[in-house]
Amino acid sequence: MDEVLTDPTALTLAEARDALAQKKLSSLELTQAYLAAMERGRGLNAFIVETPEQALGMARASDERLAKGEGGRLEGLPIGVKDLYATKGVHTQACSHILDHFKPTYESTVTAQLWRDGAVMLGKLNMDEFAMGSSNETSYYGPVASPWLPPNWSVEKARAALSSDKRGLLVPGGSSGGSASAVSARLCVAATASDTGGSIRQPAAFTGTCGIKPTYGRCSRYGMVAFASSLDQAGPIARTMRDAAIMLRSMAGHDPKDSTCYDAPVPDYEAAVGRSVKGLKIGVPREYRLDGMNAEIEKLWGQGVEWLRAAGATIVDISLPNTRHALPAYYIVAPAEASSNLARYDGVRYGLREPGKDIAELYGKTRAAGFGDEVRRRVMIGTYVLSAGYYDAYYVRAQKIRTLIKRDFEIVFADGVDAILTPATPSAAFGIGEKGSADPVEMYLNDVFTVTVNMAGLPGLVTPAGRSAEGLPLGLQLIGRPFDEETLFSLGEVIEQSAGRTALPQAWWA
Amino acid sequence: MSVDQATVRRIAHLARIAVTDEQVPHLQGEINAILSFVEALGAVDVEGVEPMTSVIPMKLPMRADVVTDGEIGRLVLANAPLAEDDFFLVPKIIE
Repeated sequence: MDEVLTDPTALTLAEARDALAQKKLSSLELTQAYLAAMERGRGLNAFIVETPEQALGMARASDERLAKGEGGRLEGLPIGVKDLYATKGVHTQACSHILDHFKPTYESTVTAQLWRDGAVMLGKLNMDEFAMGSSNETSYYGPVASPWLPPNWSVEKARAALSSDKRGLLVPGGSSGGSASAVSARLCVAATASDTGGSIRQPAAFTGTCGIKPTYGRCSRYGMVAFASSLDQAGPIARTMRDAAIMLRSMAGHDPKDSTCYDAPVPDYEAAVGRSVKGLKIGVPREYRLDGMNAEIEKLWGQGVEWLRAAGATIVDISLPNTRHALPAYYIVAPAEASSNLARYDGVRYGLREPGKDIAELYGKTRAAGFGDEVRRRVMIGTYVLSAGYYDAYYVRAQKIRTLIKRDFEIVFADGVDAILTPATPSAAFGIGEKGSADPVEMYLNDVFTVTVNMAGLPGLVTPAGRSAEGLPLGLQLIGRPFDEETLFSLGEVIEQSAGRTALPQAWWA
Repeated sequence: MSVDQATVRRIAHLARIAVTDEQVPHLQGEINAILSFVEALGAVDVEGVEPMTSVIPMKLPMRADVVTDGEIGRLVLANAPLAEDDFFLVPKIIE
């Protein structure tokens, strides 16, 4: 109760929801507290657009509905939206220069469902350009800083870095770096994110937050800026497993506007949080034990196994023999789809336009000026692997390997395995400016544990599981059967509770 | 497999991204780094394996072949960098 009165941003989504229902707090008070936190947290660069007028209007409307007892599931709860979701009349650029000034005339299905359930929009969140990156350093709007202090840094040093080029501060991960940073810094109660190769799960692991990429098809992709259509999925980043479950229930569901969206009722995911995991069979894949693996990560993984065993789950060793092919195959499939999806940015219908003497020059100059280095790299790789003479050798071969990767999982699940426990990332968060400048592949290796899940279309969840020796958050990943997100929430809750709630960083940036 | 500078220029042309002469060697290095990373896939036995077309087994939904929207020309043009009346403007194509 005291918490409610002094700092409502300290409440989790579930706690804030209950406080609103019990009239201990109004949505207007909660929203104002978040708008103030966002203002103090501008240095982190998590929000690239703030929508205070919209937020206050939505909060007032929520308070009216709550007073009448008509509140939805997320009534009055202020959230942040990744810049990849189309929000009607509000900046939507997937943090790319090529979408300059684009304001959609329509709303994405996922955000429309969040507003339907009463959520309040605080603004748009930073991300890697077109979701291509693992550190949020490819954004046209500049890097995002994690609210976690680098090891052995003083607050003064961190503040100085925050107001200059941010080098040395920790990355929040990517591509959903703004979402992860904002949730971890308590600038919003929860956030939408998206995941093509690990873009929800790696940032969650880096910032001590919870994230889930649901099964391919669980959420509608309508109104999400497309990167790789056969891999992209929406999902939330939140402070607790319960909060993530509440968010996903509103985000998921059938949509006739997306032909790949699955037509089945959405379960009450929150009810799965706290459910017993006794008797569940958990697979531990030997291929995820990499040569030269970080000892802390290996230890954390073993700890996760022990926690699940103690909760009554059965642990079995499993084999997913095609695991090592997943990341290379991803770097054919994802760029191929990206090169096709990003062909629409031509300087004619929306976004940036660089003048040219003819249409070909207009295209070439617009795309040269509008795409950042990483996006250009991937569009070119994708163009190459789809070009005549290379299509079979690269693209078709990668799609065959994708079949093999999925088959590995199918065999294991057919053997009665309910879920799979793996590390989330190869290390804790690294520093801004530290990785990938010489060799793009160095950055790609961040997704080595998460990318298999996208290739196989499965649900993957990351939960905070502990801290590194240097005090930085570390996460574990749970992989489930198609459309069995509920089991993941139950297991994730066991790990979250066993590890003890991660205390989020103090507001040194404010 | 690796690409030479002529191939880099050809890819850039296919992708409709203008590149300068100075950028070409740099792009060549990056593309070759990625191609060498994916090279090991060539050794995987994929004999008789079907390429994936749909990650979740699902029937493509069908709907009646009728007009479901339209008359939104104003919205379609709302974000155009250059438009006149009901048209997008582009440089002259036919002399």
